[in-house]
Amino acid sequence: MSAHRSGRARNPRTDVYDVAVVGAGIVGAALARELSGHELTVALVEARADVGDGTSKANTAILHTGFDAEPGTLESRLVARGYHLLSAYAEATGIPVERTGALLVAWDREELGVLPRLKEKAEANGYQHCRLVDADEVYRAVPALGEGALGGLTVPDESVICTWTTNLALATDARRRGTELLLRHAVTGVRRDDGHTTLLTTAGDVRARWVVNAAGLGADHIDRLFGHDRFTVTPRRGELFVFDKLARPLVDTIVLPVPTSRGKGVLIAPTVYGNVMLGPTAEDLTDRTDTATSESGHDFLLGKGERLMPRLLAEEITASYAGLRAAIDHGDYLVEATPEQRYLLVGGIRSTGLSAGLAIAEHARGVLAGAGLPLRARDRLPDPPRMPNLGEAAERPYQNAGLIARDPAYGTIVCFCERVTEGEIRDACHAPVPARDLDGLRRRTRAMNGRCQGFFCGAAVEALRARHHADDGRDRADGRDED
Amino acid sequence: MNHRPAPLTPDVLVIGAGPAGLTAAAELARRGSGHVLVVDREQRAGGIPRHSDHTGHGVRDLRRVLSGPAYARHLVGLATAAGAEIRTRTMVTGWADDDTVDVTGPDGRYRIRPRATVLATGARERPRAARRVPGDRPDGVYTTGQLQNLVHLHHRPVGTRAVIVGGELVSWSAALTLREAGCTPALMVSQYPRAESYAAFTAAGRTLLRLPVATRSRVTRVIGTDRCRAVEIEHLDTGRRRTVACDTVVFTGDWIPDHELARGAGIDLDPGTLGPLTDTALRTSRPGVFAAGNLIHPVDTADVAALDGRHVARQVIDHLSGRPRPAEGVRLLAEAPFRWVAPQILRPTDPAPARGRLLLWTDSFVRLPKVTVRQDGRTVARRTLAWPAAPGRVFRVPAGLLDGVSTTGGPVRIGLDGARSGA
Repeated sequence: MSAHRSGRARNPRTDVYDVAVVGAGIVGAALARELSGHELTVALVEARADVGDGTSKANTAILHTGFDAEPGTLESRLVARGYHLLSAYAEATGIPVERTGALLVAWDREELGVLPRLKEKAEANGYQHCRLVDADEVYRAVPALGEGALGGLTVPDESVICTWTTNLALATDARRRGTELLLRHAVTGVRRDDGHTTLLTTAGDVRARWVVNAAGLGADHIDRLFGHDRFTVTPRRGELFVFDKLARPLVDTIVLPVPTSRGKGVLIAPTVYGNVMLGPTAEDLTDRTDTATSESGHDFLLGKGERLMPRLLAEEITASYAGLRAAIDHGDYLVEATPEQRYLLVGGIRSTGLSAGLAIAEHARGVLAGAGLPLRARDRLPDPPRMPNLGEAAERPYQNAGLIARDPAYGTIVCFCERVTEGEIRDACHAPVPARDLDGLRRRTRAMNGRCQGFFCGAAVEALRARHHADDGRDRADGRDED
Repeated sequence: MNHRPAPLTPDVLVIGAGPAGLTAAAELARRGSGHVLVVDREQRAGGIPRHSDHTGHGVRDLRRVLSGPAYARHLVGLATAAGAEIRTRTMVTGWADDDTVDVTGPDGRYRIRPRATVLATGARERPRAARRVPGDRPDGVYTTGQLQNLVHLHHRPVGTRAVIVGGELVSWSAALTLREAGCTPALMVSQYPRAESYAAFTAAGRTLLRLPVATRSRVTRVIGTDRCRAVEIEHLDTGRRRTVACDTVVFTGDWIPDHELARGAGIDLDPGTLGPLTDTALRTSRPGVFAAGNLIHPVDTADVAALDGRHVARQVIDHLSGRPRPAEGVRLLAEAPFRWVAPQILRPTDPAPARGRLLLWTDSFVRLPKVTVRQDGRTVARRTLAWPAAPGRVFRVPAGLLDGVSTTGGPVRIGLDGARSGA
């Protein structure tokens, strides 16, 4: 079962894994990490060329306490538990987190009336630290807020986090524990064979005794390949603006909208990279790949921004993104095993999946055990990886005199806006889960994510990336990692 | 861990080794201003001309005609020969206190505490997101800066068919670069009713580049998932939209000063240029900190930036020799169709601005502009200039028009008579 740990090379074409996890987003990576902490061989099967390249890469990057979840749901329980697990994991691995707190702001009577009920809901969810505040206190907390705020509710433990580093830490950790990462393996079919399942993928067959479906936007498709028909994913597009770092002093806390009968509004939040984010929109689509931004989305966000914080709009927009959330026609997370198929669905994980990921993995492990997967924890596990720091709250390599003295590559800043050094780009190209293209490099280093968007550094960053890949001298076209 | 060496203490720190910074450093060093240190975050000194590989550089400052890269090398040579020290790959990352900056370079993390500082950090083009153009986010979307870096410094291929957004002087420079890289500039998209920039260049562009220009138009969407396939453009008057096939889009012009260090110091900015507010001696609001080049007028040509450098050097020398800052002075304000004027403050006893010119930016085309200068309800000067005010390039006005201004009066408004006849 654990032959790979004795050093024998595996052959993904013929070997039968104990578990194949489909989808290397936050949830899939957390699951692979959890399961490979046991005496199991695990494959993490991802359709795209990188981990965290789907719905996990473009969310609002908030580490939620779960104060506003629906009490009694699985989601409520797992977000609350995940908050603590991820906070501790972030501490251990160096995932950037800033405990900025959040402030829900009421702009009319209806919203003001909702606040006390939200406080009660938070308490029903086990979160006791919310406080109702008046308009004066709202403006003391966020002086740049537009006129007309009537009151607010504080959530002091809401935090901002780096979603990219979270996904990468989990995937790196999983790999170090022995998980085999199979990129560019899009699952196109499923075959039940004697004693195992064969996943037909765009890069060949992958065999496993158990299959966990954490395919996010594609989870309902995979579920149907197993013969089920229990839910449909509707891609819900959320567009976001990222404002210049010079706007950061305007926003020291997460400014949340109050959910009402008219739906959810948009939020303004600091980012761990030192920017300010405005969004998201919410628009149901049918195309599961459409991450374009739209004119209507731009207009909507600019209109909201004008009301929420007019001064913010005087600052430059550094980037606009659109992410797709995997909304489903079901009110809660769907974590359901089919023991006779040795199959587990982990579906309907909405944007809260970033906060809940580690708790979802823990919960899913229990469900798998109940369904008959033999689980024996390994005695010794490698330490969690120490991730490069992308956050502004802690020291970055360009600021570290000792580091630069030992290796001048950390003193050579290549991306000026984000202060990314040659050393960091080199490291990202040779990391255990390496950057393979410019987008991968952006998520591992922040290179080219700044206000100039490549005006100064774009060509230099691309040249460095090409050089490091040539250094590698390996053809990674089949997407399989080599140890 | 973070043991710091003692700060460097040059007499003058010049931040930015483009035409303005290098020329300032050469002049300062030549006039014996002590230790003049220029820092630049790029691999090589020279600024934008390093990758602006067309001729026409150096006309006003050197009285000769050079290509961009040759011009950059020449300015580096002049500064070095005069005795200035240039440190490249060295980035000022912020202010440690009012007089001291934090620096990162391959030789370490350290501080510099000069007696005077010249900010010459230049300007950048607004990228696509800052222009709020929605759509897909495919490869093949550049600014001119990135394009010219790719082609001239890194010799990388670009696409085969390009749309150029903007009709400024730099837009034609982008067209030349595309041509050189084997990419056909298929269309230039400009919001103005006519292609801006020098008429001669435009005519040359039309004949040499055979580049059609969609005037009164804007890009409303970028299309293409992996590689750019097309852009959607809209006619501003009719609202009609069409898609134009292309695998490359270059967002040109629409400059914004690289003002991060100025803002980080709490230096006052001009709301028009978004660069530091400066007087005719190029002082900023922070004593001992000066600014020059396209940081304060986004953007004029490289040679004009260089001559700013020569001008600021003399003022820095005055400052180092203990000349006190003159009295407050009056504010110069741009009136429509002008978007900004630089410099923005006229103090008693101060020198005329660099080259004896005020620089302005117009939003509409005026063939025979009748410039008026008004103060406290009185017309101080009115003069019809022989050159047009055209969007996409700096409009230069002789500073002599300010001769009748009272430096103790109210704000001075610079506008045009009958401005409405423009466009």
